[in-house]
Amino acid sequence: MTTTAKPRRRVKYHWRAHTLLLVILLVMIYPIVWLVGASFKPENQIFTTINPLPFGFTIANYVNGWTATGTSFTVYLSNSLTISACVVVANLVSCSLAAYAFARLDFALRRMWFALMLGTMMLPFQATLIPQYTIFYELNWINTFLPLVVPHLLAYDAFFIFLMVQFIRGIPRELDEAAALDGAGHVRVFVSVILPLMKPALITTTILTFIWTFNDFLRQLVYLSDNTRYTAPLGLNSFVDKASGSSYGGMLAMSVVTLVPTVAVFLISQKRLVEGMANTGLK
Amino acid sequence: MSENAGLAVLEPPATAPGPPVPARKRKRHKHNKAGYAFLAPWLIGIFGLTLIPMVYSLYLSLTRFNLLTDPQWTGLDNYARLLSDERYLQSIKVTLLYVVTSVPLKLIAALLVAVALNRGLKALGFYRATFYLPSLLGASVAVSVMWRQIFSRDGLLNDFLALFGIRGADWIGDPRYAMWTLVLLAAWQFGTPMLIFLAGLKQLPQDLYEAAELDGAGRFRVFFSITLPLLTPMVFFNLVLETINAFQTFTPAYVVSGGLGGPIDSTLLYTLYLYLRGFGSMQMGYASAMAWVLFAVIGAFTALYFWSARRWVNYTD
Repeated sequence: MTTTAKPRRRVKYHWRAHTLLLVILLVMIYPIVWLVGASFKPENQIFTTINPLPFGFTIANYVNGWTATGTSFTVYLSNSLTISACVVVANLVSCSLAAYAFARLDFALRRMWFALMLGTMMLPFQATLIPQYTIFYELNWINTFLPLVVPHLLAYDAFFIFLMVQFIRGIPRELDEAAALDGAGHVRVFVSVILPLMKPALITTTILTFIWTFNDFLRQLVYLSDNTRYTAPLGLNSFVDKASGSSYGGMLAMSVVTLVPTVAVFLISQKRLVEGMANTGLK
Repeated sequence: MSENAGLAVLEPPATAPGPPVPARKRKRHKHNKAGYAFLAPWLIGIFGLTLIPMVYSLYLSLTRFNLLTDPQWTGLDNYARLLSDERYLQSIKVTLLYVVTSVPLKLIAALLVAVALNRGLKALGFYRATFYLPSLLGASVAVSVMWRQIFSRDGLLNDFLALFGIRGADWIGDPRYAMWTLVLLAAWQFGTPMLIFLAGLKQLPQDLYEAAELDGAGRFRVFFSITLPLLTPMVFFNLVLETINAFQTFTPAYVVSGGLGGPIDSTLLYTLYLYLRGFGSMQMGYASAMAWVLFAVIGAFTALYFWSARRWVNYTD
């Protein structure tokens, strides 16, 4: 009796749950769909309808918007991609080195440094924003990419160190011990045993670093002042300043353009990313 | 780097992982040389980018400093001026309002969707990924631009309301509503806490639910008597992280308000005002004092959470 009643009830419930979730999802995603649709509409149609589909499809917004700020979005995008790529490499190298030390090596004050590292994850970035700016100012690094990249060479993103430490802890210690018995030093163990095995953590780090760096705004706003050094978010922002009132179409089109790299990375990697995030810090 | 960083800070107590220490106390460390070699970049960073700058910032907060001339010692003057700075007090008011509304809203949305998803639904992967997407995009300038278009006088929302003959307000331009558009934008990004709740829900012991079903407990009863109490460690974890994140919000306030925190300072979030003082009018000493107050306030909030945790967080194991 119970065996027949149970599945029927569950099917009904699922149907309702799906409806509810789809409605929430539609409301949440609708603005993005509308944005993409509006970016292909003629200027005079953008604000007259909530229909996301453009009548009179045009790419004029993209053509005009691409160069509307005086510098081409090609420059902004390539600046953004350059910075993001450098930060990805920097994070992978510096954070994995630190993570190996914390997870596998036994050295004086290790516990203290580890606690300090955890502490920096909760430190608001405002606390160091101004003194760091004055340091980079003294180094004559303002309006270069250096302040945006060099900190990451020094394992500035404790979050990724922690993520990697957690991951290395899950790798059986026998594997490094076997390699050590064969005469491998720490560098060899790190490069040929640990690094290949921690690939999932390295991939999560790559994806998140790319997306976070690409979408970062405040630091880029503070450090980059020359139009030709601008990143995609800064280019879009200067568009907002200049175009307010005049060219909404171009602004929406360039918003879509700056979202494309992030969304593309997300679509390619979403399964791994979502699972990586869900498992972070939760055994 | 990102406001999302620090997702996993709270999980293990601050003990270093690593080789199990044998029963007899080890005095000599085996890998001092290699350990410090591997740690060298991080060590340079922790001193050069964090510890020394923080001390320097404390010093700057006691000076008048515009970057071009040497800092001039003014003692506690900056802190005293904060108390009589009307815009500063306004920014505190706005920020506290933002934090105490957006964080609960976001967590409630995250929890409800996570519970709805945790029924062995088909297409779970699709839902999870799509609900998570706004969290990834949310901090970008483009989304803030989009938000401005949705809530402007002739924007998407008012077009929608017009279908029902309602004339919507100028949500962005009206100081009564502008802040709520930012709160809504924060709530829209409930994906990260949702993923954490989902992971937590998966670990809940199923036998409790079976027992509750046998006892005839309704769905609400089950949620409030079993699910929620067991999930309090996750609630705590999300509450701490999202509070810290909310205090640091900058981009949406900057873009939606056109960079000034308007209309009439109704969206002047703390970090935006700090930026305007430090980098708009180059009052680096004043901005450093603001940064230290923020640091103290976030520390106080976190301490409060940890202090209150023993009253409401269930640690079963």
